[in-house]
Amino acid sequence: MTKYSYTEKKDTRSGFGAGLLEAGRKNENIVALCADLTGSLKMNEFQKEFPNRFFQAGIAEANMIGTAAGLTIGGKIPFAGTFAGFATGRVYDQIRQSVAYSNKNVKICASHAGLTLGEDGATHQILEDIGLMKMLPNMTVIVPCDYNQTKAATIAIADFKGPVYLRFGRPAVPNFTVPDQKFEIGKAQLLYEGTDLTILATGHMVWKAIEACEILAAKGIKAEVFNIHTIKPFDTETVLKSITKTKAMVCAEEHMLNGGLTDTAAQFSAMNFPVPIEAVAVFDTFGESGTPDALMEKYGLTAENIVKAAEKVLTRKA
Amino acid sequence: MEKTNKLEAIASQVRRDLLRMIHARNSGHPGGSLGVTDLLVCLYFEIMEHNPKNFDMNGINQDLFFLSNGHTSAAWYSVLARAGYFPTEELGTFRAINSRLQGHPTTAEHLEGIRIASGSLGQGLSVACGAALAKKLNKDSKFVYCLMGDGEIEEGQVWEAALFAQARKIDNLIAFVDYNGQQIDGSIMSVIGLNKLREKWEAFNWIVLECNGNDMNDLIDTINMAKSLSGKGQSIAIIMKTEMGKGVDFMMGTHKWHGVAPNDEQLQNALSQLEETLGDY
Repeated sequence: MTKYSYTEKKDTRSGFGAGLLEAGRKNENIVALCADLTGSLKMNEFQKEFPNRFFQAGIAEANMIGTAAGLTIGGKIPFAGTFAGFATGRVYDQIRQSVAYSNKNVKICASHAGLTLGEDGATHQILEDIGLMKMLPNMTVIVPCDYNQTKAATIAIADFKGPVYLRFGRPAVPNFTVPDQKFEIGKAQLLYEGTDLTILATGHMVWKAIEACEILAAKGIKAEVFNIHTIKPFDTETVLKSITKTKAMVCAEEHMLNGGLTDTAAQFSAMNFPVPIEAVAVFDTFGESGTPDALMEKYGLTAENIVKAAEKVLTRKA
Repeated sequence: MEKTNKLEAIASQVRRDLLRMIHARNSGHPGGSLGVTDLLVCLYFEIMEHNPKNFDMNGINQDLFFLSNGHTSAAWYSVLARAGYFPTEELGTFRAINSRLQGHPTTAEHLEGIRIASGSLGQGLSVACGAALAKKLNKDSKFVYCLMGDGEIEEGQVWEAALFAQARKIDNLIAFVDYNGQQIDGSIMSVIGLNKLREKWEAFNWIVLECNGNDMNDLIDTINMAKSLSGKGQSIAIIMKTEMGKGVDFMMGTHKWHGVAPNDEQLQNALSQLEETLGDY
């Protein structure tokens, strides 16, 4: 069994900042906008190196999205960054009309997503953003799992033509994927092969799924684990192949059950190859203040709960 | 004089087109469309440098126009067709199923001349800001024009854009406010009021000009004045007084015709007031 390891924990937002800088060096059409959170989004290096291609939007997200859409008319590739809540819910209609319906090459870069934003509490902890964005036609939704992957994803979406929602986070998490990896939009990343059940995880839950898989292996349960870094388009081919083999599925995400990865995977399974499904997600509630770890524990987003969900789904297999 | 006569003749045809388009579907917004017709004709047939025969989304080295108050689409579609962006026959498909001429403008149907969807109000000025910044980055010296409704600027995003434009010194942008004083629920004053409108834009550090938006000479002079004031670090707003329903006596001076189509008899009455100058589609 492959052993995944890491030498350091790093925040995914720093992966975004590094990716943006590298993409900006490669392509002079890349521009960036930020709504008064340049430091939090780690966009300072880009701003410093390319002051003429960085636009401070102020605390005015609606205008930032519209301006980003306008910048594409003239061939620019705008990366618009702010916290995930303000990058989606606050500007849904602007994204819907000026970006998604108009099919503009705008990259919406959303940091501090989910509970792990921490102490600022529920006003800032959006758990609905994946759902909001994946419902929009033309929108691609990407949720990388660690620093290296977020950097690679940022570079990859610069070369991809079309609206993208890129979701990342605040805390330092295990940086276990390889540096300078090739990021394939829409392709599930196989982490472990197995035969007993399929585990799909996204974002910060991917490392917890790896931990869960190791615990399950010690109990003699062979889980097949995928990192679903692209929620939309969903890698139906890979998932169908896996659940046809395992006939059971667990989904893990730092997001509301409604609208998230589970929702996409369950709909796909129900309509194509029904299997029992269990989920580790947030169940119809807002978050609260606390450290990222305390919040993940309290709301059940843990490796232990993935193990429990796996054991439960096995009892439901036909 | 000859120039304005020619433009007024085009405007008369555009008014006929849009009324027939709206009548054909019994659906659309005649009042505002009639009011902004003169500006659109003035821009596309006199002011703007553009390339209707070979539409390019990026519009490099061309003047760009954004219609933020997308519900006046019928007027814009007619002007685009009459300018040569697409065949005038297509005007007959307005608001019908499978048409490229959607109720509100969209890029989704790849209609030549349209660069962004609009309809949900308040978004066009932000888009225009972005396009104007792209022109600066591309060292493209052409202008970006944006038209907004007066009711539309009740939307907060417009003022976010106004603040942003002055901060980023977007001085290749000329924005029009179609000040007809009417919105769906009644007069602007009765709904919410736009008191001290000039001072509002000035307070955002914009250069403000005013004109009669239904007078070709005034429009040409004012826009040329605006162009001469550009490039000095400030965006320019033109508050353009217009009459809703302009050109059709029974549609003027009321908000009643904001979103109501004329019936057969009303259409004939309206058309009798507007000369067919270029041939109906």
